[in-house]
Amino acid sequence: MNTPVADAAVAAAEFDPRLDGQRLMKDWYAQLDTANERNAPVANVFVMGNAIEILRAFDFELVFPEINSLQTGVRKASEEYIQLSEDYGMSPDVCSYVKADVGLILKENRHPAGRIPKASLAVASNMCGTFIKWAEIWERWLKTPTFVLDLPGQRCAGWQVRPGDAQHAADARWVEAQFQDLIAKCEKITGRKFDMDKLAEVEERVNQMVHHWNNVMALNRVCPAPYNAMLDGLTFIGIMNVYRGAPEGVEFMRKLEEHLKAKVARGEGRVAEERFRLLFSGTPCYVSMRRLVELFETWGGVFAYSDYLTFAAGGMDAAELTYDTSRPLESLAEVTALAAQRGLSNQFFAHERLARQIRDYAVDGVVFHGIKSCRFVSSGMADTREFISRRLDVPTLYIESDLIDPRYWSDAQIKNRVDAFFEALHQRGGGPVNRKAAETER
Amino acid sequence: MTAQIPYDHEVELNSVLERCLAAARETGIPARGELPEDYVGALGHFPVYFPEEIAHAGRLLPVNILGGGNRLEMKHADARMGSFVCSICRSTTELGLNGSLEGLAGFVTHPICDAAKHLAGIWARNLPEQLSQILYLPQNPNTPGAARYIAAEYQRLRAEIERKAGRPIDDEALRASIRIYNRNRRLLRELYAIRRDEPWKVSCTESYLLTRARTRMPCEEHNALLARALDAIRSRKLPAQDKPRVVFVGGFCEQPPLEMLEAIDDACYVVDDDLLVGLRWLTADVPETGDPIWALAESYVERSDASPVQHDEHKTKEGYLMDMIRRSRADGAILTAAKFCEPGLDEQLAWSKHLDGERFPYLVLEFEEKMTSFEQMAMQVETFAESLLFALA
Repeated sequence: MNTPVADAAVAAAEFDPRLDGQRLMKDWYAQLDTANERNAPVANVFVMGNAIEILRAFDFELVFPEINSLQTGVRKASEEYIQLSEDYGMSPDVCSYVKADVGLILKENRHPAGRIPKASLAVASNMCGTFIKWAEIWERWLKTPTFVLDLPGQRCAGWQVRPGDAQHAADARWVEAQFQDLIAKCEKITGRKFDMDKLAEVEERVNQMVHHWNNVMALNRVCPAPYNAMLDGLTFIGIMNVYRGAPEGVEFMRKLEEHLKAKVARGEGRVAEERFRLLFSGTPCYVSMRRLVELFETWGGVFAYSDYLTFAAGGMDAAELTYDTSRPLESLAEVTALAAQRGLSNQFFAHERLARQIRDYAVDGVVFHGIKSCRFVSSGMADTREFISRRLDVPTLYIESDLIDPRYWSDAQIKNRVDAFFEALHQRGGGPVNRKAAETER
Repeated sequence: MTAQIPYDHEVELNSVLERCLAAARETGIPARGELPEDYVGALGHFPVYFPEEIAHAGRLLPVNILGGGNRLEMKHADARMGSFVCSICRSTTELGLNGSLEGLAGFVTHPICDAAKHLAGIWARNLPEQLSQILYLPQNPNTPGAARYIAAEYQRLRAEIERKAGRPIDDEALRASIRIYNRNRRLLRELYAIRRDEPWKVSCTESYLLTRARTRMPCEEHNALLARALDAIRSRKLPAQDKPRVVFVGGFCEQPPLEMLEAIDDACYVVDDDLLVGLRWLTADVPETGDPIWALAESYVERSDASPVQHDEHKTKEGYLMDMIRRSRADGAILTAAKFCEPGLDEQLAWSKHLDGERFPYLVLEFEEKMTSFEQMAMQVETFAESLLFALA
């Protein structure tokens, strides 16, 4: 008879994060494909500040336009969508995610992964300025009822807000007022009464997901890192977003944690010989992500952490909070307000958290990826890099391309810069030597 | 003697405009010894809107940081910001790094766009002795409770300013500041009314310079200057010319070069615009009695203008453009956007599609504060103006 531990090990062995993740994403698109026919309420939401817990309590099907856009990139179809929107009149200087989405509208919602349903509601937060302009496109063009969720962000460097203090209480009160407003809108759109118990159930599942997610992130502090934050990690956050608060999401995250723990127990890393641990700051280049990661892994460099895994998954891991399901709405507002400040809008003061994360993940260098498409991450990046390099004396690399616009990927130029970066790391005596010193210090 | 009166008014106006032009060209801030009487420092703020009354009451001179114009040499900022960031954010960074703004007590930016928010981080890293803040004005002013939230933010700002200025700001001082700014709002409304009713009396460039002067002087001084200018403008005896009436939009944050406005003035009467809209954001008087912080917060929700960087479900972007066109009886619209300004570029497209539907003539222009060549743009404007005149004939 197998012991529970042995059963878990077998289950972990059968679980393939990439394949299981892909299957779940496929299932999600299949659901979306039939949503309008089923008369299911559909909401467009973004990955930062989205009130998904409330929307799930109303059984909304969730469309993530950012994920739709990145999927056009992954499937090598983005240029067609972007070109369509530029032909329509969109500027070359605006976000390519938005342009791919406008291309999708122009193609009557025909996406490489299936048909994207018409939304009955859009929720856009102020965490990224482009979210609001993007939602205004649906509002004008498709007449989609739009709710802008205003989340008070981190106001200054050294901003210290703790759960329950006066500032946090004031911010949470404003967020809760908006949630009540949103709930009234959802009741009107769906014709259903809001069910507080159902919200608590969703929150309980989010709590479980976040618990596993935090453990998954922590596992990459180990050397060798069991996964690459900018390749495997992208699948993980896809599930964190799309299945947030859903039973499938809990199950995936539970298995993922077990799977990675087993890898760590075996001493198995993402790369055969981990020589450099790196931190990736910024967004991926989805049209060339495998290539980008390959450029680093051939040197034995692995991305142990990326801030993308935090801000593009709602910032919950930075808040280290769980919902109090005995007071679901108040708690949702409190956690949302805190996550917005500690995990999302802290991007504007990125040097503070990067300094912590460089220590936490014992990295040998930081790679900054600046892109025209995302001013949220990129505008202050060169200055942040200067701070990290000069004042913290941590080696850095700055490269530019785009999220999904292949026209901005310059393979030879990026390869040259990556190679030069590793040569500099070698010359500094970086890699395992530095890491051992850091581990000893820790 | 009577024949000399118009001449005197013109001299008066020229003298005011010269003062305003000097203020517009000024990118640094007054040194401590050069501050106006009673002021203990200067507080920089980025476009669009900032509740200047709070700084004014705290005796910190509110200085609207509007970038570096087209005469600033970039030595530092190009290495600190991506190539895709708009000019006003880059030149503001340059002014911060080259020492021009080192005497500021602080710098406040707003969630108008992501590049603007990043300025707070850049300030914190490079000018740590200054107060560096993002004032989170709400992008959802429609949910009940928005005014209460803004009031709490203003109270927080008030406390920060008190700490920096080293003196308390009492309610009476705030109410006094509100009264001074209410007068300023009335004078600016008057200026824009003349633009709408008798556009030959004051050009867009002149009106812009008159408005912009407030960014570099105490509001009381600006009021006196505006009053003098309005007297002179009213007395002007200039003949109406055969020019089409247009509205200008897209100047809500980054500032178009003066030469661009002059090129437009040469061919058109600009009868309304959104230039420096943040300085005119509150469209009616702020209540001068009761809780002054509440009065300012409530005014933001109830008595405010619109811009591409403020979401408000009661003010659609097409709605306020069409209102502007109707109110000013414009024949055409000049839809501009600053290069790399994502909200401006998105809005420009949406406006143009809407005006296509309305069959209303418009011209699309893209500008940069640092641009120095205007011949091509002048030709485009001239051609547009001619097409409007032919259509009107």
